[in-house]
Amino acid sequence: MADVPAHITGTVWKIPVSVGQKVAAGDTLVILESMKMEMPVEAPDAGTVKEIRVKEAQPVNEGDVLVVLG
Amino acid sequence: MFRKLLIANRGEIARRINAVARGMGLKTVAVYSDADEKLPFVREADEAVRIGPPPAKDSYLNVAAVLDAARRTGAEAIHPGYGFLSENGDFAKACTDAGLVFVGPPPEAMARMKNKAEARRLAQAAGVPVVPGSLGVVPDAAQAQVEADRIGYPLLCKAAGGGGGIGMAVARDASEVEKAFRQCADRAKAAFGREGVYLERYFPAPRHIEVQILGDHHGNLIHCLERECTIQRRHQKVVEEAPSPLFEGGKHAELRPRLFEAAKAAALAFGYANAGTAEFLYSDGGFYFIEMNARLQVEHPVTELTTGVDLIGWQLRIAAGETLTVRQDDVQRKGAAMEFRIYAEDPVKFLPSPGPLKVFQAPKGEGVRLDAGYEAGNVVTPNYDPMIAKLIISGKDRAQVLSRAEAALAGFEIEGIKTNVPLHRRIVADPAFRAGELDTHFLEHHAKP
Repeated sequence: MADVPAHITGTVWKIPVSVGQKVAAGDTLVILESMKMEMPVEAPDAGTVKEIRVKEAQPVNEGDVLVVLG
Repeated sequence: MFRKLLIANRGEIARRINAVARGMGLKTVAVYSDADEKLPFVREADEAVRIGPPPAKDSYLNVAAVLDAARRTGAEAIHPGYGFLSENGDFAKACTDAGLVFVGPPPEAMARMKNKAEARRLAQAAGVPVVPGSLGVVPDAAQAQVEADRIGYPLLCKAAGGGGGIGMAVARDASEVEKAFRQCADRAKAAFGREGVYLERYFPAPRHIEVQILGDHHGNLIHCLERECTIQRRHQKVVEEAPSPLFEGGKHAELRPRLFEAAKAAALAFGYANAGTAEFLYSDGGFYFIEMNARLQVEHPVTELTTGVDLIGWQLRIAAGETLTVRQDDVQRKGAAMEFRIYAEDPVKFLPSPGPLKVFQAPKGEGVRLDAGYEAGNVVTPNYDPMIAKLIISGKDRAQVLSRAEAALAGFEIEGIKTNVPLHRRIVADPAFRAGELDTHFLEHHAKP
């Protein structure tokens, strides 16, 4: 299991994955938006999306867990 | 002249417009989102109206809320600043329809410039050199391939409705055209709601040089010399200066008058009035028009400080119908100036760094000016652009400006968030920067920690 945190403070712009989906290392899990910039949060390793802890348009702080991979 | 001005913007530019307007005897109205309630621009205006929650689309881009604030306060004119609604022709028209003066160019001129493919065609027809590219929007990837082979490589796919570099994609050779075209089209659709893509030759190491334009509604139009804005990251400017070091010591003297004439010709072709900027790329002895910015530029102070032309003051007078009395011969360069954009971001990776400004100690010194949107105790939120301030240095020549900039940057204390101040310190210490040897990829190769 791997917790994937937000690397910046901002807002969740898009979540291109869904629970149960298999992902490869480097796949985009969540796209954050901060200060007019969109930044992808990528899967550190291959795995399956076990849990998505945020919703689109939700504000997040740096370090908040966005997605749990298994 | 109107008596009350609403400023439809935030941060440093709202403060600056407020200061100029009040200095001219006008009453001012600030509008603000919930995120900005405690910022100095709200307090400094004569009146302030809350226009919505933090997201820009619900506040600073909310045309109905801005117009309602103007109606409630009895404002007679609206200055849009830069960004937000400043280049929105529909907003300009909505102001006029509501009986308000929009401080900016005529809506029809804005429409001509906003569509970059159309702007390019108009400029070319006026004899202004443009970057080799497609004649207009390219309908599909197959047509892009044909056009690309004619234009040459490397080339850039650009979004016709865009700005700030959003959507741009590079194709280095024929095999990359389809991918770059699709990437640009997708991003353009996501960001602007339409797909229009055009192609341009990509210069690997150009300089970005622009010309300030000022025109009135009575047929008078002048240029206010050039600015160089070559130091950029992610296609956004980081340091701007006037004059351009390209022309230092009389170099490229034959180019300057041609550049200024081209800028004026482009502005006239668009039917321009008020303050605007013609942007050019310079590469290997040639300059190429890229676009006209229909607004006050972030970097306008370097022109004001080296020419003495009061650009914001003239914007207001011109919008009120007054005649521009500054003649072309009156515009002479005195000294040099440099602007350092202070971004709330990591100075190495350029990632945003919002947070509380615990310490914000502005540098002091001869020729040092700080246009800041924030003060100590404010919180920089993730809702808007990362630029929190502009450090503007002026002096008798570039050498003196560099020396003053080094001292000012060394004395600039900010705690609580990361900023690019350390990057600026490295830039002014960099031998290539000091020698004026600049290209738009400078930061990829220079000023490293």
